[in-house]
Amino acid sequence: MQHQSYSVDHLHHLESEAIFILRETAAQFHNPVILFSGGKDSIVVARLAQKAFWPAKLPFPLVHIDTGHNFAETIEFRDMLVKKLNADLKVGSVQESIDKGRAVEEKGINASRNMLQTVTLLDTLENLKIDAAIGGARRDEEKARAKERFFSHRDEFGQWDPKNQRPELWNLFNGRKNMGEHFRVFPLSNWTEMDVWQYIKREELDLPTIYFSHERDVIIRNGVHLAVTDFITVQPDEKVQKKTVRFRTVGDATCTGAVESVASTLDHIIAEVAAARQTERGTRADDKRSETAMEDRKKEGYF
Amino acid sequence: MDLLRFTTAGSVDDGKSTLIGRLMFDTKTIFEDQLEAIEESSRKKGDENINLALLTDGLKAEREQGITIDVAYRYFATPKRKFIIADTPGHIQYTRNMVTGASTANLAIILIDARKGVLEQTSRHAFIASLLRLQHVVICVNKMDLVDYDEKIFDEIVDDFTNFASRLDIADVTFIPISALHGDNVVDRSDNMPWYKGSSLLYHLEHVHIGPDTNHVDSRFPVQWVIRPQSDKYHDFRGYAGRIASGVFKPGDDVNILPSGFSTKIKKIHSLDGELSEAFYPHSVALTLEDEIDISRGDMIVKSQNQPNVGQDIDLMICWFSDKTKLQPRNKYIVKHTSKEVKAIVTEVCYKVNINTLHKIENDTTFELNEIGRIKLRVSSPLFYDSYTRNRNTGSVILIDEFTNETVAAGMIR
Repeated sequence: MQHQSYSVDHLHHLESEAIFILRETAAQFHNPVILFSGGKDSIVVARLAQKAFWPAKLPFPLVHIDTGHNFAETIEFRDMLVKKLNADLKVGSVQESIDKGRAVEEKGINASRNMLQTVTLLDTLENLKIDAAIGGARRDEEKARAKERFFSHRDEFGQWDPKNQRPELWNLFNGRKNMGEHFRVFPLSNWTEMDVWQYIKREELDLPTIYFSHERDVIIRNGVHLAVTDFITVQPDEKVQKKTVRFRTVGDATCTGAVESVASTLDHIIAEVAAARQTERGTRADDKRSETAMEDRKKEGYF
Repeated sequence: MDLLRFTTAGSVDDGKSTLIGRLMFDTKTIFEDQLEAIEESSRKKGDENINLALLTDGLKAEREQGITIDVAYRYFATPKRKFIIADTPGHIQYTRNMVTGASTANLAIILIDARKGVLEQTSRHAFIASLLRLQHVVICVNKMDLVDYDEKIFDEIVDDFTNFASRLDIADVTFIPISALHGDNVVDRSDNMPWYKGSSLLYHLEHVHIGPDTNHVDSRFPVQWVIRPQSDKYHDFRGYAGRIASGVFKPGDDVNILPSGFSTKIKKIHSLDGELSEAFYPHSVALTLEDEIDISRGDMIVKSQNQPNVGQDIDLMICWFSDKTKLQPRNKYIVKHTSKEVKAIVTEVCYKVNINTLHKIENDTTFELNEIGRIKLRVSSPLFYDSYTRNRNTGSVILIDEFTNETVAAGMIR
C-alpha cells in the first residue's frame, strides 16, 4: 500500500511562511505597504502577496522610492507589473525631496542618491501614515541583517535598535506599537539568494531584462562595472567598453554594478549563483564587492 | 530538498561560533570576500588560525567584545537539505535567547568542552531543549584535539550526560566527538578518532528523521484573515485564510467553527495555483465552507470528531524575558495564542524551576529575567488549545506587556 507523503520541500516551506507573514501584516496593521524597487526580491514579495490574498486584490499599495536614476527597463517593468497585479502604486521621489530642500544632492564623480533615499523613504512613510513597510530584505545578505526580525520595530524617528529587539517565538508575531512608531516587515527573512532564484524559476516569474546577459557600454570604476547612463559622468581617463554583462541586483543606476556574464536564462543564472558559492568564489572577488556595496546601501536605511 | 531547523547552545568558550563557521566553511557557503575579511580581522587580532567565530558575530559590538548579543540566523545547504541555524549566545541572556531559538527548531546541538565535561550550563541547555520539546538533541563533545582524541574521556561524558538526561524528556540523543577548530567529525569522519563508529555531524544533520515533529492528527485551522474579493467574478467568495496549524484538511470534511460551535463542511481548499485535494502543516491556504457562517480572525476551524480544549483557565510553563519588569500574581498581560489576542490575569504562581538542579522553588512568586516556572492564567475569552507536548502550534503563547508592548514571556500550555 502506498502511503501519503506529508513532507514538504524547502521552497514550499518558505512560501507558506512568507504568506503567513503577509497575512499577519494585513491583519495587525492599519496601513501597510510593500516597498517595491523593481528588483528580484520585491518581485517575489509581490508574487507572494498575490498568493496570500487571491482571489482578492492586494490589500495594500506598492510604494516605490524613486531616485530618478533608474534603468529604463526597471520602470517599464514596474508599471507593467502594477497593471498586471491590478495594484495601487505610490511613488516617493528623491528629486522632490531635493527640490523641497529636505535632501541635498551629493557632489563629485561618485555622487549618488543612495543615502538620500532614506530621507525620502521616511518622509513618504510619515506622509502616507504607513505603519508597516514590507520589504524583500533577507538575513543571508549581510551579517548585521542576520539579527533582523520578521516584524522589526522602528521608533518614532524610524530608527532600528538591534540590541533591543523583541524576541520572536513560534508563529507568534507581536506588531503592537505606540503612535508614530512603525514596523518593517521582512517575509523573505529565511530565504537565501539561491532560494529566490529557484522560486522565480518555479513560479515562472518575469524579471526586468537587465538581470539577463546583454551587451552594454560600461566603465570600470573602483573595480565595479558601471553602466554608462545619463546619470554618470565618464572621466577623461576612463574607457567606455562594450561588455556582455548582467545585473545581480537592481537599484540606483549610479551605483549598481554589473557583472560580466553570459547567463541568459534562469537556468544559467541558477548555475552561476551555485557556482559562485561553491567553486568560483576565488575568481569573483569583484562581483562580491559590488554585491556588498548594494547591501551596505540597504543597511544605511533604505532597508 | 527538505528543511531542517536547528539551534546551537554552548557557553562563550565552547567553540559554538567556530563550529557554525566550520559547517559553513566546509559546505562552501562562505563567500571569498567574507573569508578575506575574517582572515584580515583574525590577523589583526593575532589569532593563529582563521577565527571562524567572526563570521557569525556581525554587529560591531560583538566583534569588539568577542560575544554574541542576540539570536542570529544562518543558512546553508547541501545537496540533501537546506539548514536554518538559530545561533544563540552563551552568556547571561542565554535562557531567553535559547528559548527563542529553540521555539522554531527541530533539533538542538549542545556543545560540551571535552576538558570540562558536563557542567551546570549543559544541564540548563538540555532542560530548555526538553521544555521546548525538541525531538532531537546532538551532544557535540568539542575540543577532542585538546584531550588527545581520547575515547575514555568521551565515554565518561556520554555516561554522565545520559544519567542526567534520564530526568528529562528527550526522545533522541546522539553523541559526537568533534574538534570544530580542526574539522574532526564535523563534515567528514575523522582519522584521529578511529574508535568512533558513528556518523559525522553533517551526515547526521542531513539524515536525521524529522517527520514526527509535525502533528498530522489533530486538525486545527486558526483563521488569520477573511478574503472577500470586491469583484463581479468572485462576488460571493468568502475565503478563510490561514496556515494549517496541525492535522490534515480535505474538501468534504465535517468541521466545527470555534467559538460559535456551528458545524459545516469544507467546500474547497483554494490557492492561486489551483484547488487542493488536501492541506496540512505548513501550508498557507484559504478554505471555503458549505454554509454561510459569521467567522473572523481569531476563530478556529477544527474537525468535528477531534476538538481542542476550550477554556479560560490556562495552566502553563513560562520563561520570563523582561529585564525591566517582573511577573507577579494578579499582574495583567495580553496573551497572543494562534491568531487570537486576549487579556489575561495571573491567578497563581505554582512554582519556579531551578534550571541548574531541576528542583522546584515553591516559596518565591516573582519571576525575573530568564526564570522558568509554572503559572495559571485566567483569560478574558476562551482559548482553543492543545497541550504544547502534543501540538506546538496550538499549545504556545506569548505574553505582551500592555503598556510597553514588549514581548515579556514565552508560554507552553500544559
